[in-house]
Amino acid sequence: MSPDLLLFLIIALVAVAAALGMLFSRSALYAALFLIMNFGAVAVLYLLLNAPFLAVVQVSVYAGAIMVLFLFVIMLLGAERLGRDPEPATMRWQRPLAIVLAVVLIVQAVYVFAARAGAAPAVAEAVDAGPLNIGKTLINSYLLPFEVIAIVLLAAMIGAVVLTRDK
Amino acid sequence: MNPILEALIKSVAVLAVALAGFAYMTWVERKFISRLQARIGPNRAGPFGLLQPVADGIKLIFKESITPANVDVLVYFLAPIVAVVPALVLFAVIPFGSDPAFQLASNINVGALYVMAVLGVGIYGMILAGWSSNNKYALLGGLRASAQVISYELGLGLAVLSVIMMASSASLNDIVAYQQPGNILGWLIFRQPIAAVIFAITALAELARAPFDLVEAEQELTAGFMTEYGGMKFALFYMSEYVKMIGMSALFVTFFLGGWSGPFVNEAPALSLVYFAIKVLACLLVMVWVRATLPRFRYDKLMGFGWKVLLPLGLLNVVVTALLIVAGVPGYK
Repeated sequence: MSPDLLLFLIIALVAVAAALGMLFSRSALYAALFLIMNFGAVAVLYLLLNAPFLAVVQVSVYAGAIMVLFLFVIMLLGAERLGRDPEPATMRWQRPLAIVLAVVLIVQAVYVFAARAGAAPAVAEAVDAGPLNIGKTLINSYLLPFEVIAIVLLAAMIGAVVLTRDK
Repeated sequence: MNPILEALIKSVAVLAVALAGFAYMTWVERKFISRLQARIGPNRAGPFGLLQPVADGIKLIFKESITPANVDVLVYFLAPIVAVVPALVLFAVIPFGSDPAFQLASNINVGALYVMAVLGVGIYGMILAGWSSNNKYALLGGLRASAQVISYELGLGLAVLSVIMMASSASLNDIVAYQQPGNILGWLIFRQPIAAVIFAITALAELARAPFDLVEAEQELTAGFMTEYGGMKFALFYMSEYVKMIGMSALFVTFFLGGWSGPFVNEAPALSLVYFAIKVLACLLVMVWVRATLPRFRYDKLMGFGWKVLLPLGLLNVVVTALLIVAGVPGYK
């Protein structure tokens, strides 16, 4: 077994365990911490795929900024513990719907997995995924999606400002 | 040499220097501040009080390890470790000297971004300590820390972005190489003065040092997030603060003061280490000087300053820098 594969297996195990921990944790703060752990593990997976830029941005944006705000809100509201009965009476349709959607997702995943069982694994081209190349690709090949995302983010930002403004 | 062995030796060397630096930085700070306040400072343990850090360390080790009632035990014990690790791994990408042997991870092309990521994660120690302590002062300290660091990280990022644009590379080695046309005027502090000022201010805020130390404002919050910590756990928070101070100074030197550059570096590569150390020490002394000079910010002023002054100024600086580079103004190509 190559060191890369071994590393992948360990990190993948950590990522899945952290994701499960987040789902089943009854404390919002522990759930957030498990999510941070998951982000970290995924960042290492990016590193294994020769994408250092993506790995660093993953840690910087998700673990470094977004999750800090999550923790801030959790601490500010003091809402870190889930009650014994988390299911409000008005949301009874939620659980059946979630089960149906989960079954659809699993069937889909298994089908894709089974259909590709015989195929050779895709080999990533050894490209330089540094900041320079990613920037050039964004501006040249993916200019339209890039600009669309920029406008969506701007709209969301303006929305947040308008919603929180003093009347 | 075996690459794993080499990495191991270098890591141990960097850790040893960082920890010795932490111990003696506390001595330097106490001595320097006492001179600024017309006092003598520690002078009992050893000549000039030089053994004071050792005495402090021994005292902290022999303190009883107390776990306060009703703390979240796992997070409470994890928080000091979470605070120290990012401070230490910050040094992985910094080029300490001209030779590749003087750097841990040689020349990765996302060095500056790695630094931003590590600094972003560095806040968790304070937040978790504040939350897990089951103490309202600690919780308020943790809340202040998260809001402050998130706000000032933006200004810091924009200052670093200006530097990356100038050097057209996010590798710290390229940034240092870019600043050496042979004389001191090549340093980016002369071509990016606004970015340098923003970086210096936001660095102090990221470190939660005076005048931005509202996180542990003793009159309002006793000691903020570390109120409930004692002994070695307290020492770890102290260590993370001082190691981060050294790391931030090293970053300022790398980004704006020409890194390890200096006269006769090509003839004697070891000189580059000396130049780097001298520049870092100068930055550290300025930080202590600032602490002795400026009073603490008020909380609303702090937030206003970060969002309404530093962020727009940083954005403006990025735009102007971009225009100057595109226009091909001499010194900005």
